[in-house]
Amino acid sequence: MLEWLDNLLSFLPDPLRALVIIVVQIAPLLITLILCVAFLTYLERKIIGYMQVRIGPNRVGPRGWFQPFADTIKLILKEVIIPSRANRFLFLTAPLLSIVPALATWAVIPLFPGFAIAEIDAGLLYVLALTSLGVYGVILAGWASNSKYAFLGAMRSAAQIVAYEIAMGFALVGVLMAGGSLNLGTIVERQMGGFLNWFWLPLFPLFIVYFIAGVAETNRAPFDVAEGESEIVAGFHVEYSGVAFAIFFLAEYANIILIAALTAVMFFGGWESFFAGSWFAFLDGTPLEFVRWPSLAWLAVKIAFFLFWFLWLRATFPRYRYDQIMRLGWKVLIPVTIVWIMVEGVMVVAQVGPWSGAT
Amino acid sequence: MLTTAIFWITATVLVGSALGVITSRNPVFAALFLVLSFVTSAVLWLLIEAEFLALVLVLVYVGAVMVLFLFVVMMLDVNMTVLREGFARYAPWATIFAGVIVFELVSVIWATGSGLPVANLLAGQAPGHSNTEEIGLELFTKHVVEFELAAFILLLAIVAAIMLTLRQRPGLRRQNVAAQVATRRADRVRLVRVEPERE
Repeated sequence: MLEWLDNLLSFLPDPLRALVIIVVQIAPLLITLILCVAFLTYLERKIIGYMQVRIGPNRVGPRGWFQPFADTIKLILKEVIIPSRANRFLFLTAPLLSIVPALATWAVIPLFPGFAIAEIDAGLLYVLALTSLGVYGVILAGWASNSKYAFLGAMRSAAQIVAYEIAMGFALVGVLMAGGSLNLGTIVERQMGGFLNWFWLPLFPLFIVYFIAGVAETNRAPFDVAEGESEIVAGFHVEYSGVAFAIFFLAEYANIILIAALTAVMFFGGWESFFAGSWFAFLDGTPLEFVRWPSLAWLAVKIAFFLFWFLWLRATFPRYRYDQIMRLGWKVLIPVTIVWIMVEGVMVVAQVGPWSGAT
Repeated sequence: MLTTAIFWITATVLVGSALGVITSRNPVFAALFLVLSFVTSAVLWLLIEAEFLALVLVLVYVGAVMVLFLFVVMMLDVNMTVLREGFARYAPWATIFAGVIVFELVSVIWATGSGLPVANLLAGQAPGHSNTEEIGLELFTKHVVEFELAAFILLLAIVAAIMLTLRQRPGLRRQNVAAQVATRRADRVRLVRVEPERE
């Protein structure tokens, strides 16, 4: 789809041209993501505000729309304080270690029909491998800060993420079995034909487990024990200030958007249209026909839907106690996934269910 | 050409970080160097089109095993003098084992260069080739017995590890989660209608 650019740059040597084309694809995605993160923070404060019968930010710009920019400018202008006897190198590397995986995973997400920045064969594994790297930022931040509270946050986070990653991986095994491929684009194509063909229905328990594990992986309420501001002040990032803190903040919200996007891609048909099924065939030929076409807009709608869930959960539930988190992860979520993988295996062999053709 | 450049850069980083694992004084840094060497070897595996193994290496070793390593290592209060005590006693044995490992590695590299079938296996595959699918087919057809045996040994290890940590102390007060979940409002709260006092 970028042939015209390829022709335009034909005077460049091959490797350089490839690099330019890749950067041209990455830049718009990255800018959109960072803008989304900025406004997600505004949205969060506004939505939680309304849920708690408050107004939320409304001072900067019309209806408070410029609040994220005010926050950003404030954080950039603040001083980055490095605690005494902290490990300087790791202290400054840790925020980068949490932002890089959150952004790099977007390379394999199918954005619209037939397009992902990197159309790799083992996309699902790539997603799992990269999301598992995000925990290093939290652990190293906690250790390098030379602070007891930060260290407690890091310890909690390490155990929690290892526990929930297993449930997450098992849930994705179910998606892989139903989709018959590790390529995310193929997985989306397998869900063609309206919302009843999306994997959320046949894989309903796995969808629930995946979303819960996703909330836990992003350290969001009700699983935010790594931060736990009422118990260990702010957990792993208690010593961070200024831009270093801003990067942690960016990483947290980029991870939320990522989990929302992955849930949409793997269980809710990615860029498929909600109205694609034969029930809505009457729309063909009318001016509303365009709502049946698969597009980036549908992916965006689904991501926004799951983002709202994240905020809703935060406004609704109190924080889990640490032992309850462990119990939920090991004794509830993992058995549920194992049972459903077995059920799915039997149904694949017996050729029952919508995924029967996937083998 | 680009591939060769990537190979040399990652290979250099790999050797450097492997040296870092055994030379750094701080165990946290040693663990982090190990993470770096896992990641760089994953890149090397990607270069020989073993994408499944490369990604699983990152997922399992970097994402899970090394996190637990770090978890333990960070809480250690390491005394280096105690650790170095047995150095002279173990040095001869260590040299012998290191020599055997070096011999094995060198012989594999020689075999690769001398036109044995090993060399052909690393040749590039057609674009549509799925590494994952091939590994799955091999594991579940040709090597199914070994695969199941390995799975059984792992299961045994899990059971053993759980049994080792499972100790019943007398007088331990545990929470009964099922009872907590089953609690209803009527068990805890009693609403009493109190008549307002009249003067």
